[in-house]
Amino acid sequence: MVVNDIVKKLNLKVFNKNADLNLEVKGGFVGDLLSHVMGNSDEGQVWLTVQTHKNVLAIASLNDLSAIVLIDNQQPDSKMLEAAEEEGIPVLGSDKSAFHLGGELFGLLEISS
Amino acid sequence: MSGITFTYKIEGGDFVNAGKASSEIKRTLKQLNVAQKTIRRVVVSLYEAEVNIVAHAHRGNIDVAINSENISIILKDEGPGIKDIDKAMEVGFSTASPSVISMGFGAGMGLPNMKKNSDYLNVESEVGVGTTVTIKVALIE
Repeated sequence: MVVNDIVKKLNLKVFNKNADLNLEVKGGFVGDLLSHVMGNSDEGQVWLTVQTHKNVLAIASLNDLSAIVLIDNQQPDSKMLEAAEEEGIPVLGSDKSAFHLGGELFGLLEISS
Repeated sequence: MSGITFTYKIEGGDFVNAGKASSEIKRTLKQLNVAQKTIRRVVVSLYEAEVNIVAHAHRGNIDVAINSENISIILKDEGPGIKDIDKAMEVGFSTASPSVISMGFGAGMGLPNMKKNSDYLNVESEVGVGTTVTIKVALIE
């Protein structure tokens, strides 16, 4: 499963124009404490968060995450969006909660594994 | 392999550039074919240390030395220093400002993450002067 599959199946908004939607999705991670995400997330995971600043991109890039999903209708700030355009890591959005969206993502990944 | 060194300057409060050193070191270690897990440990340790300078200090320098066996990182800052280093090493203890906490930093996990992901961690500090953190990670098993 690649990012584009979850964009379609979970009806996600894509915020950055040059998002690489072919990155493979290996799992998910939910967290808003950045050190927790830095220390525990894994390569290929989709990160669900309410954090909307540029440091989110730095962490996603350093940990080789495949996408960031801003939940509960959060919008990336301008610096985050700029960094997303540079890095190509997809910054996605949903009006759903982390609980709801995480549940759906888990279901999708369970089926595909 | 001969040694490689890098130096970075960090400005306190500059969250926009936080992670630049970590990103460059990650790239270098990848080019040197260091194992993915080891790169991960270095990056977690360095990123946390970088963010600590940005979040707490006025400014700092990072000196990185890489040889065939290990990576050694010295982060020296000018800043408020740490009153009680043992306390600072405890999970959940934080002196971060509300604005830093609102960004999702300052949960008291930085130093514990560094300890967990490094083979050697030393913190020396003088209150009102600054803090020097030394991190070493073995690059070969």
